[in-house]
Amino acid sequence: MVSAIVFTPLFAALILLMLPPEDEEGARRLAFGASLLTFVISLGLLAKFESGTADFQFVERFAWITDFGIQYHVGVDGISLFLVLLTTFLMPLVLLASWDDVHKHVKEYLFFFLLLETGMVGTFVALDMFLFYVFWEVMLIPMYFLIGVWGGPRRIYAAIKFLLYTMVGSLLMLVAILYLAYQYNAQHQTVTFDLLRLYDLKLSLIEQKWLFAAFALSFAIKVPLFPFHTWLPDAHVEAPTGGSVILAGVLLKMGTYGFVRFAIPLFPEAAHAAVPIIMALAVIGIVYGALVAMVQPDLKKLVAYSSVSHLGFVVLGLFAFNVQGVEGAVYQMLNHGLSTGALFLLVGVIYERRHTRLISEYGGLWKQVPLYASIFMVVMLSSIGLPGLNGFVGEFLILLGTFRANPLAAILAVSGVVLGAVYMLWMYQRVIFGPITNEENAKLVDLSRREVMIFVPLLAMMLFMGLYPRPLLTRMEKSVEATLARVNVLRQASPEQSRRAQHEQLPNSIGATHASPLQTAPKLIAER
Amino acid sequence: MITLPPVNWLSLLPSLILTVAGILVLFWDLWMKEEERPLLAWLGLTGLVLTGVVSFGLLGRNESAFNGMLALDSYALFFNLIFCLAAGMTVLMSIDYLETTDIRPGEYYALILFATVGMVLMAAATDLIVIFLGLETMSMAVYVLAGIWRQRLQSNEAALKYFLLGAFASGFFLYGVALVYGATGSVQLGKVAAYVSEYGSSPLLLIGVALLIVGFGFKVAAAPFHVWAPDVYEGAPTTVTAFMAVGVKAAAFAAFARVFLHTLGPIHAQWQGILWILAALTMTVGNVTALVQTNIKRMLAYSSIAHAGYLLVAMVAGQDLGGAALMYYLVAYGLMNLGAFAVVLAVGRKGEPNEEFSDYAGLGFRYPALGMAMTLFMLSLTGVPPLVGFIGKFYIFSAAVKAGYVWLAVIGVLNSAVSAYYYIRVVVNMYMYEGEKVPEFLSARPALATAIILAAVGTVLMGVFPSASIALARASFLSLG
Repeated sequence: MVSAIVFTPLFAALILLMLPPEDEEGARRLAFGASLLTFVISLGLLAKFESGTADFQFVERFAWITDFGIQYHVGVDGISLFLVLLTTFLMPLVLLASWDDVHKHVKEYLFFFLLLETGMVGTFVALDMFLFYVFWEVMLIPMYFLIGVWGGPRRIYAAIKFLLYTMVGSLLMLVAILYLAYQYNAQHQTVTFDLLRLYDLKLSLIEQKWLFAAFALSFAIKVPLFPFHTWLPDAHVEAPTGGSVILAGVLLKMGTYGFVRFAIPLFPEAAHAAVPIIMALAVIGIVYGALVAMVQPDLKKLVAYSSVSHLGFVVLGLFAFNVQGVEGAVYQMLNHGLSTGALFLLVGVIYERRHTRLISEYGGLWKQVPLYASIFMVVMLSSIGLPGLNGFVGEFLILLGTFRANPLAAILAVSGVVLGAVYMLWMYQRVIFGPITNEENAKLVDLSRREVMIFVPLLAMMLFMGLYPRPLLTRMEKSVEATLARVNVLRQASPEQSRRAQHEQLPNSIGATHASPLQTAPKLIAER
Repeated sequence: MITLPPVNWLSLLPSLILTVAGILVLFWDLWMKEEERPLLAWLGLTGLVLTGVVSFGLLGRNESAFNGMLALDSYALFFNLIFCLAAGMTVLMSIDYLETTDIRPGEYYALILFATVGMVLMAAATDLIVIFLGLETMSMAVYVLAGIWRQRLQSNEAALKYFLLGAFASGFFLYGVALVYGATGSVQLGKVAAYVSEYGSSPLLLIGVALLIVGFGFKVAAAPFHVWAPDVYEGAPTTVTAFMAVGVKAAAFAAFARVFLHTLGPIHAQWQGILWILAALTMTVGNVTALVQTNIKRMLAYSSIAHAGYLLVAMVAGQDLGGAALMYYLVAYGLMNLGAFAVVLAVGRKGEPNEEFSDYAGLGFRYPALGMAMTLFMLSLTGVPPLVGFIGKFYIFSAAVKAGYVWLAVIGVLNSAVSAYYYIRVVVNMYMYEGEKVPEFLSARPALATAIILAAVGTVLMGVFPSASIALARASFLSLG
């Protein structure tokens, strides 16, 4: 079933190539149908998913490159399940959104989107390091084409920058993966790239630090963590709307997913050692992203920098190394995918009509396009974390977890929440409220039925995830706990280490040994 | 009555077929009418395919012939497959190309076949003198091929440069052979190996080894012995460039690896330091210089230097994994590089080679199949999965990491990242710029199209399903014992 989700888009993409180039409508229908089918299959995954176990489910595994012990090994757990769903959920919406938007080389555009979907889903479900790397790289190429061919005026610069940045990171990760495999070979006399077996590898602290650095660099570029974020605004601004949505909605999650699936559990001691650095970078990213977003004249750039800020929260939550923090982080990944994806779609809607994204060009839209304005408001509020909408749950859990691990970081991060409200509300005010200052805006038409169809599912999910997070959190819980067990087992194993760790990070290790009242927090939220 | 000494004719079979085919081409050329000349290509191709099939059929044999001067082992036979691939693709690419130039088919195809004979000898040789004979047979033919477009000034210049520097390098190689003989008392690899494993190295031997490295380094275009390569590659007819970049390089590595990884394996520690530096230097010089090129042939020339660097990484890594990685990478590199050259040929036409990057503007959408093929080759050369170039690099860097050369692997992958920039520039030009002129270069050229399709299919299939070819490369290297 997992393979069906991975390869349905690829299969459709290959069929697409055989269609005659004039048949744009047919190509659109085919691509949309395929992405919808993929989504339906992934719903089956959700229906059959068992939340009581941390094991990987729907596992498929067979030999691929026998000489290197490489397998085609896929499966999902509570963390990747929702990321797969996010991907397959956003994809049809994106294709729908580009229906009237893209008219140049339509067939190729759709081809690359479907290819991208295969790459993204594959990255989330791969349980073999080699396979993971293949999907991770495969995904780059379609995105590069989407930015470079269908993007804005500086698209070529942005596309190349995107490609080179991500490639440098991932190639170093490749060496680290090879090192892992041969270290395993040295210890067990067999080469394997199987993630679950590599988890048990014993590595010295210095090895861990180097390897963690190689993995973390690759993921930090993808997230992007300050100061590796400079490719992001360029890529976002130049990408076509659909590309931006997928970039923000899914691609950035691969970085944070990489941390939680690979970098942290594979190198737990190094991850602990890196906590101060990464938390500092995350906090800087949160505040810096928010401050820069505030002064952007361009709507897309504003949303792009807000992503830097939001993803900083996710990283912060992950490196809190407690259940609240990590669950909140995973939850926030989904939230960010929905709300930032929706924001880019909204920007796309007015860009398509006015061909400008400058905030100063707009104003007073509420009178002209009331439906648009109200949808915009809900999305914007979800993005700043208003209680009752999805963003709140994630941010709250993250801050809770972070506070237990490092109160100072939590306090600083809260300022990011405040700043987030400031730039979003201010932007909304300038674009939507006030009198119509620009004649052009008086001719704007409100959302078409197709556009409403795009936003309805998004809004529904925002409300659902804001009001009733429990079904998601319970499904994540076991997997998150299993990941944390891998990280924290070491400090219980060696008393000397644990004493040192307690000394350094008192609040965290208290949480690990005693049940503190705060630990019940996710349950409280879940029951709301 | 004179009795012939026992001769293992089977060991000569591949080179015999090629020689006979070459002679037939030469003679047939004398009698045939002008308009029938293209048939010569098919004769040459038949000889090459036959050699390939015979080599494939003989795989698994492990015999020595001519008193230990030649070997019939899977190692040599595997390399024969690479040579036949390179030469066969070159012939396919040449059929239409020759009509747009003044090159006479008779000599051209014959020389390609004779060069291939030299390559086959180099791979099979287990004697330093036979290696030298093979090297010279190959080089002589290729010197002429580089200058065979007589009316074109750059072609003449390429030939002269290649000949002068090549002769010089041959001198180094021969002197190295002499010193190795002086140190070990034999030019037979088996005896040299026995000496080395018993007595280790001596200063005289090491000087000889260093000179051999210079000789081989020249033929594989490793920095700092690479300066001839860009000019020769750019000046030579494009088909010959493709043949040199793949075939000559593979042949040189065949002998290089047999001598160093196998015969001189016991004193690995003495020579790997030099090769380490050569590898790092070659990768970096090749990639960094390729960055600033605007001519695609020249870019591919520097890229082939860079790939020689990756191959040297496999040599440094050594052991079974390094040797097998080297062989696998040569196949991978052959496929994607020949494919890239075939596309360069397809874009060019009579009197208008279209070899600048800007000539590729807008090509991708106008000729989707051609654009897609070129994109595949460029991505594969960069090392993007799941294409064959990635598997090749993965193999080489695996070997390096396993043997403990992690930093060399890091230099290698960083170089790959650099190379992404210039390979991707071709793709950028094809898809992201609008073309000003609308060249109608793509008249039906079935042979060339076949070459491109073969290379593209190989690039994808060997990337997605690499298991069989990896196993073959490993088994072939292990036949060295």
